[in-house]
Amino acid sequence: MSAGDVILEVAGLRKYFPVRNVWKRRVGWLRALDDVSFSVRRGEILGIVGESGCGKSTLGKTLMGIHTATAGRVVFEGHDIARLKPHQSRRFREHLQYCYQDPGASLDPRWTIRGSLHEPLIVHTDLPRPEREARVREMLRAVGLPETHLDLYPHEISGGQQRRVGLARILTLKPSVVILDEPTSGLDVSVQATILQLLLSLQRQFGLTYLFISHDLSVVRLICDRVAVMYLGRIVEIGSTGAVFTTPRHPYTQSLLAAIPVIGGRRVTETFALEGEPPSPTNLPSGCRFRTRCPKAQPLCAQRDPPLRADWPDQQAACHLAD
Amino acid sequence: MAGELLSVRGLRVSFASDAGSAQVLDGVAFSMKAGEIKGLVGESGCGKTTLARAILGILPRNSARIESGEIRFDGRDLLGLPEETLAREVRGREIAYIPQDPSTAFNPVFTIGTQIDDLMRFKSPLLRGGTDDRQGFFNRYPRERRAADRARVLELLRLVQLPNPEAVLRKYPHEVSGGQRQRLMIAMALLPEPKLVIADEPTTALDVTVQAQILKLLKQLARERGAAVLFTTHDLGAAYEICDRITVMYAGQEVEEAPVDGFFGRPSHPYTRKLLDSLPTSEAGIRGIPGEIPRLIDPPPGCRFHPRCDRASALCRAERPAPERIGPAHSVRCHHRIGAAEPAG
Repeated sequence: MSAGDVILEVAGLRKYFPVRNVWKRRVGWLRALDDVSFSVRRGEILGIVGESGCGKSTLGKTLMGIHTATAGRVVFEGHDIARLKPHQSRRFREHLQYCYQDPGASLDPRWTIRGSLHEPLIVHTDLPRPEREARVREMLRAVGLPETHLDLYPHEISGGQQRRVGLARILTLKPSVVILDEPTSGLDVSVQATILQLLLSLQRQFGLTYLFISHDLSVVRLICDRVAVMYLGRIVEIGSTGAVFTTPRHPYTQSLLAAIPVIGGRRVTETFALEGEPPSPTNLPSGCRFRTRCPKAQPLCAQRDPPLRADWPDQQAACHLAD
Repeated sequence: MAGELLSVRGLRVSFASDAGSAQVLDGVAFSMKAGEIKGLVGESGCGKTTLARAILGILPRNSARIESGEIRFDGRDLLGLPEETLAREVRGREIAYIPQDPSTAFNPVFTIGTQIDDLMRFKSPLLRGGTDDRQGFFNRYPRERRAADRARVLELLRLVQLPNPEAVLRKYPHEVSGGQRQRLMIAMALLPEPKLVIADEPTTALDVTVQAQILKLLKQLARERGAAVLFTTHDLGAAYEICDRITVMYAGQEVEEAPVDGFFGRPSHPYTRKLLDSLPTSEAGIRGIPGEIPRLIDPPPGCRFHPRCDRASALCRAERPAPERIGPAHSVRCHHRIGAAEPAG
């Protein structure tokens, strides 16, 4: 991977949560992130996919500084922000924004839209009021809402419009990287399509870089430039979207792709083979963590943990047997 | 019609709210044959859950009102039956329910075994026609029936591929994973040997790999046991996987009903077409449906889709189209359906 214009670099990132018994004694670690490394180039959309519990949201929150990393580096625009205390990382967070599943739900019901949109600017900048107002109006137009909405309260607008306001609120600070955590899950297909269109147009307009966390592979395929597939706290495959979706190397990626229903094609319920569910992250299997469900598992897989191998153009996979 | 298990005709349901009364179901017609898997698809707020709940008779009593219509199930008019009969003979026996979120459907303070025992005590198929059918306060759970029920439970838990069923029965709901809870829900729905299982978005809370397993299981078990399944979902991919026929609803009106191949191969209602177009595919890019779903308190007259429809005419505003049969088991309610001869003028 060329080092050219890497905006966010993550190296050996770990986040362990202590597991405590009733007497509050630590009895083990939950390894939510276990040695995660990747880098994000300016202006790209990196998709992060995986099943629930694989650590994708923990990754987003650790990058943001909502969780403090146990070990590892997060280099954002040249500064290591991983081990900073929350108040120290505040000045970097202005340009690194986190977007929750439903950004509309983070609006205060007792504030007008104008109030909610002004707040981040008051916290992070010392712009005078007229300039803030101009910025707020610009962002509201960018997300496709009329300026008359500024004086309304959240309950007076629809859920879809609340989402747009939530996005506008994130964008008022002109971030360079936005972490989108499941921005379309739970939405109907038609609403999902309009939100995706909006995200893409905002990305073009403001030159944003997205980290797109999702479990919906068909959406990721559509809008991401590169994809990282996570399983139990580790990236098992990463590469350009085209390469990962057409020639998945890791057996886990292959099963994930095989599980998506394709309308008009063969029915997944007739062909799908992957059995079982992911093991608990507090008690990981030895060696490769996918081996308990892997159709190709060999004795070697139980002994050695496979590293990410960069054996293919635009693609890396952590599997002993992939070819 | 012969072989018809369920038929809903002209069902109108309204909900009272502070802002007025919302017309959530507007003259819905719907039918199911014995043993078929039928998909009920539509966006949130289109009334699919309300329809499912109306069939079960569990609409909230203080806000929902059934204004007109009839629901016939297996030769009986469900809306005319007294509540006691419904509770004893129909709900949980003839018609079972699989909820969307299996984590809230269990009681967290009892073991799974206790909860399944309670189910079998009152809804076991062995009760059917028996003398201890009527449940009283001091009703005991006869030991012989309990043992027979237990054997059935273990057999079915094995069929839903739960590892070590005896151990699962001793666990509390929080000790098993989401996928396993949904397997338990499927088992519990099938235990009373119902004729109809209503599965309300059973896989939305699950990951794709688990979803594929659950859908496969539901389809296979329903087929083996001859139960019909009403499968409500907003995920067209999941509907494609297991359904025989699909009904599409929009804002409280059913707009198209088709066998699964006709539905995906030859969508005839403009809404169905737009819904299929908004699925993310790499060829077509991203296409949404312009506009928003209407408010049900003051819905648009006639066909409720007309404000967002590019084929709409004055006729669409004036009256709701009647169902038109355009193929075997394929009917559509649209004045200007796709594929019709272009109207003169």
